[in-house]
Amino acid sequence: MNLNLTLIGQAIAFAVFVWFCMKYVWPPVMQALQERQKKIADGLDAASRATRDLELAQEKADETLRESKEQAQQILEQANKRANQIVEEARDNARAEGERIIAGARSEIDQEINRAKEELRAQVSLLAVAGAERILESSIDEAKHRELVDKLAAEL
Amino acid sequence: MAGNNMTSTEYIQHHLQNMTFGLHPENGWSMAHSAADAKAMGFWAIHVDTMLWSIGLGVLFLYLFRLVAKRASTGVPTGLQNFVEMMVEFVDGSVRETFHGKSRLIAPLSLTIFCWIFLMNIMDLVPVDFLPMLAQKVGAWFGADPAHVYFKVVPTTDVNATLGMSLSVFALIIFYSIRSKGLSGFVAELTLHPFNTPNKLAQILLIPVNFLLEIVTLLAKPVSLALRLFGNLYAGELIFILIAMVGLWQLPLHFPWAVFHILIITLQAFIFMMLTIVYLSMATEEQH
Repeated sequence: MNLNLTLIGQAIAFAVFVWFCMKYVWPPVMQALQERQKKIADGLDAASRATRDLELAQEKADETLRESKEQAQQILEQANKRANQIVEEARDNARAEGERIIAGARSEIDQEINRAKEELRAQVSLLAVAGAERILESSIDEAKHRELVDKLAAEL
Repeated sequence: MAGNNMTSTEYIQHHLQNMTFGLHPENGWSMAHSAADAKAMGFWAIHVDTMLWSIGLGVLFLYLFRLVAKRASTGVPTGLQNFVEMMVEFVDGSVRETFHGKSRLIAPLSLTIFCWIFLMNIMDLVPVDFLPMLAQKVGAWFGADPAHVYFKVVPTTDVNATLGMSLSVFALIIFYSIRSKGLSGFVAELTLHPFNTPNKLAQILLIPVNFLLEIVTLLAKPVSLALRLFGNLYAGELIFILIAMVGLWQLPLHFPWAVFHILIITLQAFIFMMLTIVYLSMATEEQH
């Protein structure tokens, strides 16, 4: 065990190695490590943000869906109401039309009846006169009796 | 065993002798041919094997880490980058837990200490005769006497290497102490603790006592740091050498010791790093 120059040589070598390590080895490795740390932290951050965004989007989608369902329901109800209304209106129209047609027919029938009555009346008076003529054989003053018969016919 | 004509003692001594190049009083600058030669060189000698292996392993460590640092990507890391990042994060975590000041130096320093010492220690797992034998062959090829080619593979079993590092750490301790407390603060820390009284005269009398205690505490740091690492690895190496001498029976013995030694290797590197951080954090912390 003899101390000699090796001691100083070792000290110098040691100093040089430490200097080199401090200058060229430590900083790049540390920097890479820190950058990676930051990258991972950023990545985790982004992931959690994305999850939150996804949740928000899902909520929004749910809401939109609910709204559209409501809207559809509304539209359906309106359509039903409208359809009922149309049916109702059509029924009313039809009823009115039918009544109108019935009224027309009735008035026509009345007219026919009246005409028939007139005709009947005219013919009844004629028939009556002719019948009376036959019975009485010209003993009747036509003008005089005609008035009488017309009066009678008018009572029919 | 290297050279069957050696005695056990010679074998062990051969293994524990560094390859030394230095200023011999008679031969001038030359390789030491024996332990006595190396001793005669005194301070002006350098352990070629220690320097070679430690610098080689340090360069290997920095090369690998620099390779990753250059193309460090923020994407999914693969292979080597995973490993390097694991080491860096481990060291960074240890530093953050212990050192509360702010310093650009501490973390890379700790990383260098841990990886470098770990690599130097792990050379202990290479069977003890492999590399020395290879060195003898190479030495013989260069015309040297194989018996006089010494080669010690594990730099941390050389007290020069561990002391070199711990003294650098010691210099940093003093530097950080003075920087954070000022020179007067540092001196006060050495002289006004642990005994402190409001009485001025008594305080002056206590200064030498305080100084003696504190200086021992301070100096014990680098010495214990260096000797702990050196002692553990030296002992481990010695046991590997002893195991290598028992012949064929070394196989079942070598394996469990190597497995156990993996623990020591890692633990000692970790302890050296942790204590460095602790010492430096103590040096920067405010006085309480």
